[in-house]
Amino acid sequence: MILSLSKDTIKISQEQDVVFLKNRVKETAVKIKMGLVNQTRIITAASELVRNMMRYANGGNCVIEVVSSGRVNGVRLTFTDKGPGIPDIAAAMRDGFSTGRSLGLGLPGTKRLVNEFDIKSKVGEGTTVTIVKWANG
Amino acid sequence: MDKIPILRMGSFLLVTIQVDLYDRLALNLEADLVQMVQKTNARGVLIDISAVSIVDSFMGRIIGNIASMSKILDAETVVVGMQPAVAITLIELGLPLKGVHTALNMEKGMDLLKSMIDTPEEEANDQPLDDFVAE
Ligand SMILES: Nc1ncnc2c1ncn2[C@@H]1O[C@H](COP(=O)(O)OP(=O)(O)OP(=O)(O)O)[C@@H](O)[C@H]1O
Ligand SMILES: [Mg+2]
Repeated sequence: MILSLSKDTIKISQEQDVVFLKNRVKETAVKIKMGLVNQTRIITAASELVRNMMRYANGGNCVIEVVSSGRVNGVRLTFTDKGPGIPDIAAAMRDGFSTGRSLGLGLPGTKRLVNEFDIKSKVGEGTTVTIVKWANG
Repeated sequence: MDKIPILRMGSFLLVTIQVDLYDRLALNLEADLVQMVQKTNARGVLIDISAVSIVDSFMGRIIGNIASMSKILDAETVVVGMQPAVAITLIELGLPLKGVHTALNMEKGMDLLKSMIDTPEEEANDQPLDDFVAE
């Protein structure tokens, strides 16, 4: 069971919001004494997901939470947008798959950087990506 | 509008990135640097990222672009001072920094650049003078 200890919602609609979000993720990670490499991983992951949200869905929301598994604390980020959705999630999760003529690294790379990764998407409704990084994970 | 200064030192261009780049700044740097390489006929570009704590796929791609465009203009690119946490994260992310050389610090980066661009010149110098006279 994962318990949520604190919750903070950030609206993402322009580039300044991205900088603000990264700073908040950093603060949260520092607060739970996450190590430097893990901090770097979760901020980089956040950067990838927020970039996707801006690029493909014109923005959305990110919820930042401190969560606890009982034994250890972590940072959970939930990115929700009301964009076009992803028709084929399996394809989108593959290294090198991109509809944006990019490297197609964002989603599969993010999954490698975090401890838990969940993606839900419905065409025409939007996309939600949830990631967790444990302080010592 | 913020701008990242580009310093010229002999045939090298030096850039020190002091802040975490936001996209516009990174794109401007890419354009400015490539233009400078062309204008100054620079042979090498040194980018110090020791103060940068996050390199995501976008930033990584910009660095890669700078390197490949410089290469076309006959200049090598060396990225110096990458923080270990950034290096680990880039590898896990799966970002190939193609054509980008790395060095621990500015001094080592400079040495690396010199060794890369010196080799062909030395070869040229080794040729007997007659070859040139004969032409
Ligand atoms: N929030 C989203 N809404 C709609 N489609 C998305 C969203 N996020 C990702 N996608 C789709 O999934 C594909 C893969 O995303 P991913 O982040 O892995 O690669 P990319 O953004 O194309 O390239 P990179 O992140 O390497 O610059 C995207 O090209 C896009 O089609
Ligand atoms: Mg992406």
